[in-house]
Amino acid sequence: MIAIVIVSHSRCLAEGVREVADQMASGQVTIVPVGGVQDQEGTHLGTDPMAVLQAIQDAWTPDGVLILADLGSAILSAETALEFLPPEQRRRCRISNAPLVEGAIVAALEASLGGSLDAVNAAAEGTGSLVKVARPHPDPRGSTP
Amino acid sequence: MGQQNGQAGNGQAISVEQIRRWLLAYAHRIIEQEEYLTALDADIGDADHGTNMRRGLEKVKERLEDPDCPCNSVGSLLRSVAMTLISAVGGAAGPLYGTFFLRAATSCNNSPAITPAQFAAMLRQGLEGVKQRGKAHLDDKTMVDSIQPAVEALEAAIGQHKDLRQALHEAAEAARRGMEHTAEIPARKGRASYLGPRSIGHQDPGATSAYYLFETAAQVLATPAHRRESPSRHR
Ligand SMILES: Nc1ncnc2c1ncn2[C@@H]1O[C@H](COP(=O)(O)OP(=O)(O)OP(=O)(O)O)[C@@H](O)[C@H]1O
Ligand SMILES: [Mg+2]
Repeated sequence: MIAIVIVSHSRCLAEGVREVADQMASGQVTIVPVGGVQDQEGTHLGTDPMAVLQAIQDAWTPDGVLILADLGSAILSAETALEFLPPEQRRRCRISNAPLVEGAIVAALEASLGGSLDAVNAAAEGTGSLVKVARPHPDPRGSTP
Repeated sequence: MGQQNGQAGNGQAISVEQIRRWLLAYAHRIIEQEEYLTALDADIGDADHGTNMRRGLEKVKERLEDPDCPCNSVGSLLRSVAMTLISAVGGAAGPLYGTFFLRAATSCNNSPAITPAQFAAMLRQGLEGVKQRGKAHLDDKTMVDSIQPAVEALEAAIGQHKDLRQALHEAAEAARRGMEHTAEIPARKGRASYLGPRSIGHQDPGATSAYYLFETAAQVLATPAHRRESPSRHR
């Protein structure tokens, strides 16, 4: 069964996403949240490539690790982390294009059903086109008073 | 590669000690400009570039002032700067500057001193690393906009056998113009890209911090370090 790493600028957000995704997988899937940066003054919003590397190693399974990230440096940090992995592990990791929350929920579900790394990622990325609110009739703005 | 050794053209070689002093000067400049960099980022980003860079460069400064800092080769010095930035910065600038120095390091393994041409080649490798990591091109309004013109100016000046002082001066001027140009264009990469055309009129924070790299290089590297031990090491 594949594992999932959640990378966010906010540690709280990463943990929250893990929580909602975990519910779909009845605790069967390893989901590791990582986020925030630490210095003497405390924890700040941001991402730390070395912490992401550690999270991937904590989540590691030969079936593969799917990485879901929020944006900006979360992606750059995940890419940088992969460069520090041995090539045979790197080949079993994917950084997903999926939206973080919907992607994590669907990925956890598909992973718990035994989907392969690529199948799980495809399902997660599919949530990018999810319609949340149907808008059948566009506003008729042609004749505003 | 048909390239003559260090004594050919452009005069002096650049020692690992000079590189150390350059990066120390860069760290001081960033720490001193923290508020300005953060103010630039407040206009078009999330107001943390100065804080991020200060956090990273303070660690770099500690590392460079540590007597155990790996100073036997330019490659190992740059690699330790890269690793420090990767783990301490926290924003997009961390992986980007980290990749810059990591790629630069691999182009000058084990050399205790490098020629001006090797210095230019090293910065070229760093630039290509940043562009690859950030998927950014010239005029995307990022740090690439000051690094790329600087590297090109340095390569051109060294190719024309100008002396190192002049070459570094031209590189710093090109970086400054590139940095100022970012105020005229919309952002296409990074957080500022969410603002689209509204980012016009604001100078890019990353292009500004990258300018300091060339500004301090022109100040520090043009003068040879006479002794390996600089007084600042014992401060
Ligand atoms: N994809 C990119 N390619 C090149 N440079 C980039 C890219 N994204 C951002 N930058 C540079 O990084 C600078 C911002 O650095 P900063 O440390 O503030 O990171 P950030 O954008 O806040 O990171 P985060 O993604 O965590 O929010 C920008 O001004 C720009 O020069
Ligand atoms: Mg920022």
